[in-house]
Amino acid sequence: MPSNSGKNIFGSIDWITMLCYLVFVVWGWFTIFSATYKFDEPNLFNFSNNSGKQMMWIGIALVIGTVVLLIEKRVYEMYANFFYAFFIIILIATMLFAPETKGSRSWIPIGSMKLQPAEFAKFSVALLLGQAVNKLGFSLSKRADIIKALAIVLFPLGIIIMQNETGSALVYLAFLLVLYREGMSGTVLFYIFAAVVYFVVGIRFNEDFIQQMDVCVGEMVVLLLAQIFTTGLTLFACRDKVAARWMAVVGMGISLVVILFAVFVIPFNFTWILILVNLAQVGYLVFLGINTRFRRYYYIATFAFLSTIFFYFSGFLLNRLGDHQRVRIEVLLGKKSDKSGAEYNVNQALIAIGSGGFAGKGYLNGTQTKLSFVPEQETDFIYCTIGEEGGFLQSALLLLLFLFFIWRLIWMAERQPDTPGRVYGYSVVSIFIFHLFINVGMVLGLTPVIGIPLPFFSYGGSSLIGFTILLFIFIRMDAESKLNYKMQ
Amino acid sequence: MEKGTILENRKFVIGGIILVVVAVYIWRLASLQLISSDYQTKADSNAYYRSVVFPSRGNIYDRRGERLVYNQTAFDIMVTTREIKNLDTLEFCKAIGITRDMFDKRMEAIKDRKLNPGYTSVRPQLFVGQLSENEYSVIQEKLIRYPGFSIRKRAVRKYSTPLLAHVLGDVGEVNREDVEKDDYYSPGDFIGIQGVERSYEKELRGEKGVQILLRDARGIVHGHYKDGAEDVMPKAGKDITLSIDEKLQELGERLMTGKHGAIVAIEPKTGEILCMVSAPSYDPRRLEGKERGNYMSKLMKDKDNPLLNRATLGAYPPGSTFKPTQALTFLQEHVITPNTYYPCQRGFRIKGMKVGCHTHQTPIELINAISTSCNGYFCWGLYHMFNNRNQYKSLNEAMTKWKNYMVKMGFGYRLGIDLPSEGRGLIPNAQFYDDAYKGNWNALSVISISIGQGEVLATPLQIANLGATIANRGKYKIPHVVHAIQNGQVADSLTTFKSTGISPFYYDYVREGMRSAVLKGTCTGANIPGFEVCGKTGTAQNPHGKDHSAFMGFAPMSNPQIAICVYVENGEWGATYGVPIGALMMEQYLRGSLSPAAEALADKFEHKSINYNEKDEKKKQEPPKKKPQKAKNDTVDSARISVFHQFGYYRDSIAETVKQINEEKQKQQKLQKEALDRKIAEEMKRKEEEARQKAEIRQKAELARQKAAEIRRKEDEEKQRRQKILKQRQKDAMDKAIKSDWIIHQMKKKLEE
Repeated sequence: MPSNSGKNIFGSIDWITMLCYLVFVVWGWFTIFSATYKFDEPNLFNFSNNSGKQMMWIGIALVIGTVVLLIEKRVYEMYANFFYAFFIIILIATMLFAPETKGSRSWIPIGSMKLQPAEFAKFSVALLLGQAVNKLGFSLSKRADIIKALAIVLFPLGIIIMQNETGSALVYLAFLLVLYREGMSGTVLFYIFAAVVYFVVGIRFNEDFIQQMDVCVGEMVVLLLAQIFTTGLTLFACRDKVAARWMAVVGMGISLVVILFAVFVIPFNFTWILILVNLAQVGYLVFLGINTRFRRYYYIATFAFLSTIFFYFSGFLLNRLGDHQRVRIEVLLGKKSDKSGAEYNVNQALIAIGSGGFAGKGYLNGTQTKLSFVPEQETDFIYCTIGEEGGFLQSALLLLLFLFFIWRLIWMAERQPDTPGRVYGYSVVSIFIFHLFINVGMVLGLTPVIGIPLPFFSYGGSSLIGFTILLFIFIRMDAESKLNYKMQ
Repeated sequence: MEKGTILENRKFVIGGIILVVVAVYIWRLASLQLISSDYQTKADSNAYYRSVVFPSRGNIYDRRGERLVYNQTAFDIMVTTREIKNLDTLEFCKAIGITRDMFDKRMEAIKDRKLNPGYTSVRPQLFVGQLSENEYSVIQEKLIRYPGFSIRKRAVRKYSTPLLAHVLGDVGEVNREDVEKDDYYSPGDFIGIQGVERSYEKELRGEKGVQILLRDARGIVHGHYKDGAEDVMPKAGKDITLSIDEKLQELGERLMTGKHGAIVAIEPKTGEILCMVSAPSYDPRRLEGKERGNYMSKLMKDKDNPLLNRATLGAYPPGSTFKPTQALTFLQEHVITPNTYYPCQRGFRIKGMKVGCHTHQTPIELINAISTSCNGYFCWGLYHMFNNRNQYKSLNEAMTKWKNYMVKMGFGYRLGIDLPSEGRGLIPNAQFYDDAYKGNWNALSVISISIGQGEVLATPLQIANLGATIANRGKYKIPHVVHAIQNGQVADSLTTFKSTGISPFYYDYVREGMRSAVLKGTCTGANIPGFEVCGKTGTAQNPHGKDHSAFMGFAPMSNPQIAICVYVENGEWGATYGVPIGALMMEQYLRGSLSPAAEALADKFEHKSINYNEKDEKKKQEPPKKKPQKAKNDTVDSARISVFHQFGYYRDSIAETVKQINEEKQKQQKLQKEALDRKIAEEMKRKEEEARQKAEIRQKAELARQKAAEIRRKEDEEKQRRQKILKQRQKDAMDKAIKSDWIIHQMKKKLEE
């Protein structure tokens, strides 16, 4: 590889991505300026307030970004282990020694500023993951390799959870998408999807009962879903039509008959029959596993068993969660109404966005955000300011721009000639997807309120610099490979 | 390689995921921003705080400029229980001068939804009500240290006198009906409820202003929306000057103490009501502030019904005060001439029927008939009118004719006074008797209406208005209580004359009769030396008890200044109560004060009362049952304490704050001194003003006297001219009279047959 690529590298940079980045950052700065603007003291530019500070952060981020662009790809690859180890140590140190801020130990105070290492650590995980996947003979269809890959991801995640920064920790789950791209079975994603569905349905309906029969609706639906999912998995993952038919006809047939009988003839508590059917499915799958020595049957059997006990487990899980997180989840699921408490934030956010209408109230004219009805308006809830002042036009445009940006990144990741580059690219993609999904979703009242920033928009040096490094390493990788391709 | 491409296809899954997420979110955005409009209003109600600015209500003055009703600022301490933080209760109690015990009790009462149904922890609740300005200025500074406590400023209606309750009316919170009827009001606003406060509500209330303020999540105001460009300033209400003479009103209420009834005095030239007394009355001052509820319910339970304005709503038989209307009708319809004589042998006797009368000479002509209040004369008149088939085709037609005259003279319908409630009285028509007698009635069955008895009912206002029409020779202005409106005008309908449709010159006979009544007839007691008083007594028979005593009159005859009706329930003879009270009232108004003799008489009448509860006396002698004590209101009110009484006491024990007390005292002394100086200066000013006004009045009176002399001269000329015409007419009328005598003759013959 040519070592003088630094000179030409800027010619090979993907300027479209670069342009998106600049648009996001500038748009973000104007939004922060508006969010911190006060009606009764219209101060102009000032470095002591948040928009002024953000200007400084943008400057720093651009400098760091330029430096990142100048460093060769092989440096990143060579020192992937080092970066990873470095951030793990930092994270542990933060957890142990950082002063407590708002109940979590995740901020390192540097002078008057504070940095959040969890935001920076992402790229190191992405780099190491790329190296790991690139190892000869590594395959994500092998259990040991999956565990190895998961370990890389879950180790920092665990530390960050212990820092009591659940939101930032959950972001690391985004790496599952990368693993999926690199060959991990789609069923794993399906398992996660199923778990979320069980959780939501189970918690939502666990206090509703069918009259006269004492049947808990949540329990019944989860058990039936478990039957359907198990049957479906048998059909699609094992391609075993015969077994699937048996399970559909006999298992679900019995369940259906029992339910109809209870509803129309004699009401009785039929939950135990459903449990029996589920257990019979498990037994049948184990039997098939022994017979055919096809390991997937065991997986599905395990899934079916876990599904059966999930409902009872989720209640326990919910009670183990912190109080405010449980309330947030319950409020989101519509089980609790608390207009002044947990629901207040989301409710005010909805009012802010809803009141924007088609074209918005105009820049600096939002009342919801200016008069601090919306909390965290310049950080996690910054999307409200765009919704209120820019209306449907700007808020939808922002989403479309992100869609385009992420699609561009996917396209770039696919054109990487080597595995580490691709893995890294997909890591960037997945992290942006996760942030966009959760952040905008919570403002729109669709996902739980997990305090994670909207990339490039939310106020804060750590997240801006973290995302910049994450993105710019990828731009450098992409540019370098493009340059190599040209030279060849 | 094949596996590689399969895996590469997973980019579509990942790209698809973000596509679905963005699509769902845009759909959600659309439903929030484009479809639902709730959020806009929610955001507005969050951020824009429309603070209503109330205008000050107009003051009310009497005709001499004496202030009767005004506004005073009162200060309430409010508490928002939710906002109370780290309250040092003891210190707070000391600061506002209540005991700990009272604090606890008051707080309990506030939070008890039974006592305080509108309680919420976020809205300010009344803690201590109606501080004076002095108390307020001291407490205000201290209150800042106690979050959750605030001061509310509000205007309270104040009355300078205990008089005129019925005319002034009062102000209270709007009810739901008011709010629905008029967009101007919102719940909690105040509105005039009775009297002038109600009928001139639109003038008095002014116009509300509004401030649009920007308010943040903590309720802190961040200035005006668009720097106040959208704010509307309130417009102060207009002041109203009543035509009521406060002194006359005062005398009237004084004379009516212990009696039931009404006095209405009207200035005939303008239709302005000079006084309107309804007895028993109540003290409007006790209807302001906290006492209102208790006092109101007491008034409502009172059997004597002090809330009823008897002057406009009382329907009484007018009795003999009604006779002038009959005389005028008969003259106008040529039923009689002024020289028509009717016999009266202690009453009207015909076909075995008798309407009694007192002893006087007989036969008698019109002027004497009025003077002696002869029943027989007017019964004959009505009898002849109703039986004159030459002139009226049927009895119905005659009756209708008669009724129309009564209505034209202001009876039977509401006059249209500018007060919210007025009664109609009752003038029966042919239909009325058709229904009552099933079509079988004649002149004799209704004969008592000619002497103001029977079915005829009138309000004291209508009777006083009759006096005014006679004084004006056949025209009147609708009686009204408002003299002037600041920057406005009294309604045209109240300032234009209405005619009774009877020739003015017939009125001269009636006036002569009423003058004669004062000089030598039934109401000699009304004679005021120096003024030509005209009057007519009334002794209205009352089926429920003793006769009512009534008087209707005006003075002076040549240039009437005042027309009056006095009506005393169960006062027996007209001359017993009606006449002397009427005379005193007229003297007060015409002279401006009472002579010493009159003053003595007024004193006598003030202490003369009529027992209206004879029937109930027995019931009352039973031991009254003990009423269950209502502790409820006591606990609420006990928290209201004079702050300054206890102020010093608490400070004494604390050495450190002795200095503070001294300062406080000095401050107070200074304030008091200043207030005293101000008062003295005001007093001086007022005296000067008064002297000036008196001089002015004297000057005006001189002018008026000169004018009056001139008018009198002109009138004498007019009279001579008119008497010439009269003689001519009398000759013509003689023929007719002879004819009617002939009819009597005929009738007598018939009767003998």
